[in-house]
Amino acid sequence: MTSLARGLTAVGEADLLDFRATNTMSTIPPPDLVPASLDVRSLHLWRGERHLLRGVTFCVGPGELLQVTGPNGVGKTSLLRCVAGLLPVESGEIRWNGVSIDQCRDDFHPQLAYLAHVNALKADLTAFENIHYGVGVRNAVSSDEVRDTLGRLQLGGCIDLPARAMSAGQKRRVSIARILLSKAKLWVLDEPITNLDAAGIALFERCMAEHLSAHGMIVTAAHQLLLQGQSNVRKLELN
Amino acid sequence: MPAGSTQPGLLRLIGLVVGRDLKLAFRHWDQVIQPLIFFAIVTTLFPLAISPALEELRRIAPGVVWVAAMLASLLALESLFRADVEDGTMEQWTLSGQPLSVMLLAKTATHWLLTGLPLVLMVPIVGTALGMPRSVWPVLAASLALGTGCLSILGGIGAALTVGVRRGSVLLALLVLPLEMPVLIFGARAVDMAMHGDPVSGPLNLLAAMLLLFLSLGPFALAAAMRISVES
Repeated sequence: MTSLARGLTAVGEADLLDFRATNTMSTIPPPDLVPASLDVRSLHLWRGERHLLRGVTFCVGPGELLQVTGPNGVGKTSLLRCVAGLLPVESGEIRWNGVSIDQCRDDFHPQLAYLAHVNALKADLTAFENIHYGVGVRNAVSSDEVRDTLGRLQLGGCIDLPARAMSAGQKRRVSIARILLSKAKLWVLDEPITNLDAAGIALFERCMAEHLSAHGMIVTAAHQLLLQGQSNVRKLELN
Repeated sequence: MPAGSTQPGLLRLIGLVVGRDLKLAFRHWDQVIQPLIFFAIVTTLFPLAISPALEELRRIAPGVVWVAAMLASLLALESLFRADVEDGTMEQWTLSGQPLSVMLLAKTATHWLLTGLPLVLMVPIVGTALGMPRSVWPVLAASLALGTGCLSILGGIGAALTVGVRRGSVLLALLVLPLEMPVLIFGARAVDMAMHGDPVSGPLNLLAAMLLLFLSLGPFALAAAMRISVES
């Protein structure tokens, strides 16, 4: 004890202040302040006899977009399903905010919006009802929000139209409305622009840019590169 | 950006699932009533095929009603989860961060409202067709109400397991029918005892106990079976 006290007095006042400052810095910040991130490490996946994903490693932080590219059948959809927690990981690790997603399902899934090949729409329900029930089960959403978002995606005329009467592109827009309204941090989008027209793609790119500027994260598989040339867009080539 | 803000409570969640399924059912009610018509036709075929003699009919009536109810339930279960799994809704449910067990139980309960409860309401028609005395109708209704609830949950677990299998309906029958036998035995026994004027509280209590067991443990089995089917 005495030697420690002597040691402390020997330290200059400036050093002591410095010591205090670094000490407070090193205390663990509350969980809200930790920037959310998705961390995939050496992911391997076999489908039957085929070794599909071989050591896929990437990290996506706030405001970043990762585009997974590669020829058909290379495992883009499987990779996205793994990331969403829909496919059990055989080897490797997927972490959300530093915790394996198997262990933090209940924290991870409310922050995840997943857009699959299929639109998850009921043919007998209208666009409004599809969103009301589809988004409503995961987070509270008001009728006005639904109408505004559908209007923004230029579906104002189809709000009360059953999904079976819509075109393929219109159905895709309704699913995109679901993604926008789910207020999730991480978007996992499998071929999001399928069936969209040029105006729809431009509109969707604006939605993605907004999500990124609000510190959201996006992982997408697409044959056509989106938001090309921006610094926060990265590419992962599977082959 | 407030991530995952304000998840709906359990009651709201159940309300949304039940409301959606009822709305969907009323928009194509022709599919919903098929098992009911099947039940009515099968039970009224027996008097035509065997003999209109009341004595003979009464002897086989409990078994006939219960086998018909079981098959009608099986017929209806085939479509319980298929549409939701095929169009991707079930994937979204498993990723919703909400308890899948509660959502699937709510869905199964709605299914019972649409396919089990009508069987109970058809007791007067079936009872008349098979020449059952009026005093037996309440027992038949009670046994069907408790029993079809058990069948819905048990069958729902089987349907969740086989939903990913192509042409899984035969597999579903092979998987579920043996498990449903106790329900059939006690259900038919209760009606049979009532026809002979014996006290029926024994088999009815057993049916009620089975229903409570399935209600309490069934949701977890439903969710586990569904995750196996969806996450592959």
